[in-house]
Amino acid sequence: MNLRRDVFQAIADPTRRAIIALVALNAMTPSAIAENFPSSRQTISKHIQILTECELLRQEQSGREVYYHFNPRKMKEIADFIEPFRKMWDDRFNKLEGMMKKYKTNKP
Amino acid sequence: MELKTKVHAEEGKQELWITREFDLPVELLFKAHEDPDIFEEWMSHEYGKTKIIKYDIKKHGSWQFDTVDAQGNVLFSANGVFHDVIPNKVIIRTFEMNDSSMPVQLEFLEFESLSEHTSKLSMHIVYRTLAQRDQMLKLPFAQGLSMAHDRLQKVLGKLKQ
Repeated sequence: MNLRRDVFQAIADPTRRAIIALVALNAMTPSAIAENFPSSRQTISKHIQILTECELLRQEQSGREVYYHFNPRKMKEIADFIEPFRKMWDDRFNKLEGMMKKYKTNKP
Repeated sequence: MELKTKVHAEEGKQELWITREFDLPVELLFKAHEDPDIFEEWMSHEYGKTKIIKYDIKKHGSWQFDTVDAQGNVLFSANGVFHDVIPNKVIIRTFEMNDSSMPVQLEFLEFESLSEHTSKLSMHIVYRTLAQRDQMLKLPFAQGLSMAHDRLQKVLGKLKQ
């Protein structure tokens, strides 16, 4: 089985990407995840199942509830996962540099 | 193309380094971190505006900011303390996201003058666990995906009308 291709297929769907983004911040139950989407619970369950099968989400039982966690280790399959983090800081620092160059010129 | 901002995250270590050289004297680089009005402007981006609630930049002072979208919804909210502040040299601060299961992280910012007109910032971030570091590294990836999703929803929303 080509797992790498599966991960890319999993994130090709916008709803599944949004589920990853939600769960990345806090572990959530399937019903809490479903509340964020206009789709039916069954549809969201199917998305969660696909994300779990390719190990982007991890299940954890807590009492009677099942919580889904984002599984960061798996993201290593995606070669450039760190690039958005670097780019976030690069964008901020580019802005800082541009602003302060103007600040310098505007100073009396 | 040479990358100006570098991120160094070693396998198996719960810390990371962000380094960047600036075409700015160290005083201006530090000022961009010290002045709350300037800080909130360069920390803002097209999807979210950073709004400083508190920014008491001195030893044992504290800070707090929100990131809000164009409609004024709070997307993200964070707080921390300044453990130490030495002008043009060092800021040691903590960073914690509100309403999140992420533990607090410790950040060492070192400002260095390279020449009269150039300077360097080195950020060393220490996380509570390795898993937390990996998760924080991947948040912009996950949020980037979410923003792509939001844009798509807007387009689809328009089509439906």
